[in-house]
Amino acid sequence: MLETEQQARQTPSVRTSAAPIIRIRDLVFRRGRNTILDGISMDIPRGAIVALMGPSGAGKTTLLQLIAGQLRPDEGSIEINGTNVSTLSDRELYRFRRNIGVLLQNGALFTDLTVFENIATPVREHTDLPEALIRRLIMTKLNSVGLGGTEDLMPHELSGGMARRVALARAVVLDPLIMLYDEPTTGLDPIAVSTVRTLMRETNDALGLTSLVVTHDVVQVSQLADYCYIIASARIAGEGPPGELAHSADPGIDQFINGKVEGPIAFHYTSADREWSLLG
Amino acid sequence: MLAGLRPALAQVQSILQQVYLIGARSLVIIMICGFFVGMVLSLQAINALEQFGASDQVSLLVGKSLFRELGPVLTALLFAGRAGTAITAEIGLMRATSQIDAMELMAIDPVQRVALPRFMAGLISVPLLTAMFNALAILGAVVFSIGVQGLDPGIFWSKLQTGVYFGKDFMGGMWKSLVFGGIVSLVAVFFGYTAKPTGAGVGTATTNTVVLSSVLVLIFDFIMTSFLT
Repeated sequence: MLETEQQARQTPSVRTSAAPIIRIRDLVFRRGRNTILDGISMDIPRGAIVALMGPSGAGKTTLLQLIAGQLRPDEGSIEINGTNVSTLSDRELYRFRRNIGVLLQNGALFTDLTVFENIATPVREHTDLPEALIRRLIMTKLNSVGLGGTEDLMPHELSGGMARRVALARAVVLDPLIMLYDEPTTGLDPIAVSTVRTLMRETNDALGLTSLVVTHDVVQVSQLADYCYIIASARIAGEGPPGELAHSADPGIDQFINGKVEGPIAFHYTSADREWSLLG
Repeated sequence: MLAGLRPALAQVQSILQQVYLIGARSLVIIMICGFFVGMVLSLQAINALEQFGASDQVSLLVGKSLFRELGPVLTALLFAGRAGTAITAEIGLMRATSQIDAMELMAIDPVQRVALPRFMAGLISVPLLTAMFNALAILGAVVFSIGVQGLDPGIFWSKLQTGVYFGKDFMGGMWKSLVFGGIVSLVAVFFGYTAKPTGAGVGTATTNTVVLSSVLVLIFDFIMTSFLT
């Protein structure tokens, strides 16, 4: 089972430690005849911000869903803080997910609830805190993402960047151990991108979290992540600190990082029937 | 102790909110349709009964056909079109915009939080809407029979009172409406929950809700009528 939060967290001053909080071994996931992930193994150290990069359809979001237990792997294991997520029952999984915060691509705020109620929803669901304390907690979280005073607004009254920050406040309101981000800055303007990126770093360090970020944004990775995995053709095509990857001699990594059309990463979708369809 | 009651109270509050959204907001269409159904029913009944010199039996005919069949069935069909589609579209869009995923990831059961309150609200609302439909239909019959055709009010009300039975006719229709409410809500929630997360997917799910719930209402109406009569 999970350690207590105090045991599990790192002090903010120690950004990463050698002991991995997420341990993935020989992970295989298939959809029908397509193998989405094939033999993925990785270690995510505590306190780190780790980026998952790769071309669209490479399986990055699928990997995030597997880590969160939304999908079950066909082979291999995913251990989070010593717990094998893929073998948990649905009930255990629900209890376990209280330790994971997730920021989805569009924020996924509940459109019929105010900003305050959006953030309060997980608190009300999982705690018996009195209303006064809930209010103070929500206002603290809202202020921490720079949105104090927006508590009575509805989600459709927020800009894309503001909605993403509210979703971040909601994701960390129960102080999770791990944060999963699925393309957190997609579709935002440059100022909002910088704001969200800064908040992600500050939140990670201030709360002693470990963050896993799925992104296409090479600049974001270089400025945010401590370590980076590149996934292509269902496998890990490369890994390392962003600075090292930028100068990698590996043709696949070079193609992705520098956005080259020609290279080992295929442009065409690989389908078992493709050759037959071309031959008529 | 109060903290322990909080989830139950929140669930009740959520159901009442849905009763307002899908039940109370369907009132206008139910009342307008009920009124005109009562008018047209009495028009047809008077035309038919006049041939046998029995036009004073109009309230009996309107009351029995309304309470037993037309009230529950038409209310359920209107509810499917007005509220069933809204439920399916809302849940389908919640899935398309990842709100259902977000709930699952926050360890909140979407069935408890989204599906159950809407189903329960449908179960509660349809019988209440049926009663309102019946009341407005009788009003429509009164307006046409007494106001337009000049039928004697005493005969109209006495025939209705002595010929239409509370238990067999009125409550029989109410039991039907309870079942219809369950059918429409269940179908609406199911198609919303399983909708493909695309615009076309939500559209198809909404259409399926109206088609399947309407067919099921008519099938179950026959089955229940066979047992109730």
